[in-house]
Amino acid sequence: MYSSNSKNLNISLSINDEERSVVVRPANTLLSVIREGLGLTGTKPGCYNGDCGACTVDVDGVPIKSCLMLAVEGVGKKITTIEGLRNTPVQKSFVEHFAFQCGYCTPGFIINCNALIQKHPNAKDEIIEEWLESNICRCTGYKEIEEAIKSVITAKSEEQL
Amino acid sequence: MDILGKSIIRKEALDKATGKAKYTADDLSVSMLHAKMNISPYAHARITHIDTSEAWKLSGVRAILAGEQFPLTGEEIRDRPPIAYDRVRYCGEVVAVIVADSPAIAKSASNLIKVTYEPLPVVNSPSEAYKINAPLVHENINSYHREKGVYPEANTNIANRTKIRKGNMELGWRKSEIVVEANFSFSPSDHAAMETRCAIAEIREDETVIITSSSQSPFMIKKLMHTYFDIDIGKVIVNTPLVGGAYGGKASVQLELIAYLASKAVNGRKVKVLNSREEDLITSPVHIGLDATIKLGCTKDGVLQAAEILYLFDGGAYSDKAVDISRAGAVDCTGPYRINNIWCDALCMYTNHPYAAPFRGFGHSEVTFAFERTMDILGNKMKMDPLLLRSTNAILSGDTTPTQVLVNKSNVGNVSECISRLKKIINWDEGKIEKVSDTKVRAKGICCTWKNSTIDPHAGSGVTLTFNPDGSMNLISGVVEIGTATKSVLAQMLADKMKMDIHKIYVQMEVNTLSTPEHWKTVSSRGTFMAGRALLSAADDVIYQLKKLAACILRCSNEDLEVGFGRVFLRDNPELYLNIKDICYGYKYPNGNAVGGQIIGKGHYIQRHITYFDQDTGRGNPGPEWTVAAQGVVVELDRSDYTYKIIRAITVVDIGKILNEKAALGQVMGGMSMGLSFAGRETFIFDQQGKIINPQLRTYRPLRFGEHPQYDVEFVQTPVIDGPYGARSVGEHGLIGMPAALANSLSLAAGVELNQLPLIPELIWKTKEGVTHDTI
Repeated sequence: MYSSNSKNLNISLSINDEERSVVVRPANTLLSVIREGLGLTGTKPGCYNGDCGACTVDVDGVPIKSCLMLAVEGVGKKITTIEGLRNTPVQKSFVEHFAFQCGYCTPGFIINCNALIQKHPNAKDEIIEEWLESNICRCTGYKEIEEAIKSVITAKSEEQL
Repeated sequence: MDILGKSIIRKEALDKATGKAKYTADDLSVSMLHAKMNISPYAHARITHIDTSEAWKLSGVRAILAGEQFPLTGEEIRDRPPIAYDRVRYCGEVVAVIVADSPAIAKSASNLIKVTYEPLPVVNSPSEAYKINAPLVHENINSYHREKGVYPEANTNIANRTKIRKGNMELGWRKSEIVVEANFSFSPSDHAAMETRCAIAEIREDETVIITSSSQSPFMIKKLMHTYFDIDIGKVIVNTPLVGGAYGGKASVQLELIAYLASKAVNGRKVKVLNSREEDLITSPVHIGLDATIKLGCTKDGVLQAAEILYLFDGGAYSDKAVDISRAGAVDCTGPYRINNIWCDALCMYTNHPYAAPFRGFGHSEVTFAFERTMDILGNKMKMDPLLLRSTNAILSGDTTPTQVLVNKSNVGNVSECISRLKKIINWDEGKIEKVSDTKVRAKGICCTWKNSTIDPHAGSGVTLTFNPDGSMNLISGVVEIGTATKSVLAQMLADKMKMDIHKIYVQMEVNTLSTPEHWKTVSSRGTFMAGRALLSAADDVIYQLKKLAACILRCSNEDLEVGFGRVFLRDNPELYLNIKDICYGYKYPNGNAVGGQIIGKGHYIQRHITYFDQDTGRGNPGPEWTVAAQGVVVELDRSDYTYKIIRAITVVDIGKILNEKAALGQVMGGMSMGLSFAGRETFIFDQQGKIINPQLRTYRPLRFGEHPQYDVEFVQTPVIDGPYGARSVGEHGLIGMPAALANSLSLAAGVELNQLPLIPELIWKTKEGVTHDTI
């Protein structure tokens, strides 16, 4: 593999509740290892410098842009990609509210929203805005995404009552 | 079966929500090589030397393409080398391509290539390009091969001129009691689809070229590969999986050519080219810019009499699709109004900017911004209410369009109805402007829009339908799923025709040009119209075949039978029927004899009575119908610092017939969002040398969550007779009027005419205070 002055490392990552062993360059981002090393292509590259949020993954409950994190930093952490989410209220709500069109930004938005409702089950508008402004969607007018996340929050609040 | 109009969830929704949806770059084959591009830092320069020796020293470098003359490419005029030769004409142009074992090696090798440039004078805007004695971007335009109906002008930077000459201008000006004239301009910007463009190519031993591309035009790639490289057209196979946003930007063919050349350089091995975000913004084609001058006259009652228009489109360094975009701008050069005397020249100008791709609206949001601003300026001058001015002039049956098409109730939607609905929704009668605090005002801006398509006169679409042994159906169409849910809407139409459960209809999302019937290109909001017509024809074909076979078995005539609910049954006695599943692969009699056979439905559509445009007058029929809309924006401007918030955005659009309500709303709101983003903040910033200083999403910043206004969308439904179920196009129309409506609202709020984009606070401040310098 490329690079003469850095040694490849064999690391183990906890991804979607599985321990995965993978060989990485120290310079590899988590994004490149998730996709090219582990074949989890649900995580999407969009800018490689943290501007667009398409590659967002969940690291220990915090949404992280995987293009801004080295793969070696992921050792010992619990990582969840879109493939690790099945039948979640957020996913269902995105589908029902037409909260995506081309679907490319969707994994990042869903990971972000899912982490948001875990941390802030009763999130107010300002919190939602603060969290979701990190991701760009170019197809929708964001209204559908707003409706999707708010309906999950409302449903959760009603459950609590 | 009441499925039309319902918000059926798109067929690929679950894949998209679970990360299983596959896009072009998700092909990660180990055998694949990777190409990276070395791009020009100069907007205009001669390449005097390319030294690749250091790059070759990296282990894993398999090929370097540089300094080689490849066939010229370009859709209207073949003026573009796929990899620059001798000279670069825009900042970001591809100068060399490196093929290596990994993207990292290819990138490192690219950094080691030393290119020596000799800068040349830069043409930094279409107005500069138009000046006499401007430096020429291309010296010998007439030596290039060009398509029919393209008119470059020798020894100028004019790649094409479209003329509209309607009526008698002298008469028009004589009847005009009030006349205004204004100039408008904005620089190129971008589509910024979240999926950056990607192409993968390999060449088989028998010279079959297999391309996978994030494209709106897989069938055009096939044709162009044949045209440019003289490859047998049957030996080009193009695959297109799901596409991660396109908006016109992926209708252009560029990376596919580079991937092919790269593969050829490594004996046909599979090579992937994936744009970085920076390359996707400036190396690949962009959203066109425009400089415009409009003179408009009307009577004192506000009846429009004459329009004289000059559109200078910033086609960039190569003409490619910009020729068509400038032509489309001419075709609908005014708003949807009755204007008997029109003179318009729409020019596609060469500049040293990135070249233009189609952008959602295809020239229409651009000219609408200029024209609808002029309408407000005219209204201001004569103190006429802007909505009244528009409804006074709204185009009606019996009027003609700028290219002299006679309007009837079918081919153009109902402008007046859109205006009157907008008037109500935006609470027009409560006032256009109000003070909300010491410094803040709230203001309303409106505009009207229209758009037809200007695609190839013979463009068409095909659909095939097959059955599964359980009677469920497979729907295969050449439409690319770029996010519009068109193929899911086709499934709705099929469910309606066959009176069957939509869940029993399986849709092939991917396109493969070997097995998928052609859809010309997934552009121009014509997916539902053209593929819809093809689908209805294919469904009729299936129904005919089912009835024919059943008539034989049931011993009756075709005419006595109906198809639906999984059966072919007697119309007057539905109890006598055959299950479709028992005949769709032939019918077997109890003794083993069989008749019929696999039922395969086919249908196609080709545009009818579309013409080229007359070179001298522009007379001609561009497309099957115009969708019209009335749009509005409500802003709150802080007059102390010129910051503003978009409170509401409104669209009333005549959609003909709602086929999937939420999908249609999504198209319209998404278009509005993109239009507001383009109008309010998006632009490339060129320095004096034509270098782009903001090729990243943090400096080129689209609208983000929380910055979106309240959207209000309403549909008018005036059917177009030729459309499937009367449906008109709607994919682009939410966008078209947003720049004009936003500019009109802010001009009112600021009390000054704002004739440039994007409408950032600094622009409003500069215009209002009359400052020419950048800072205080």
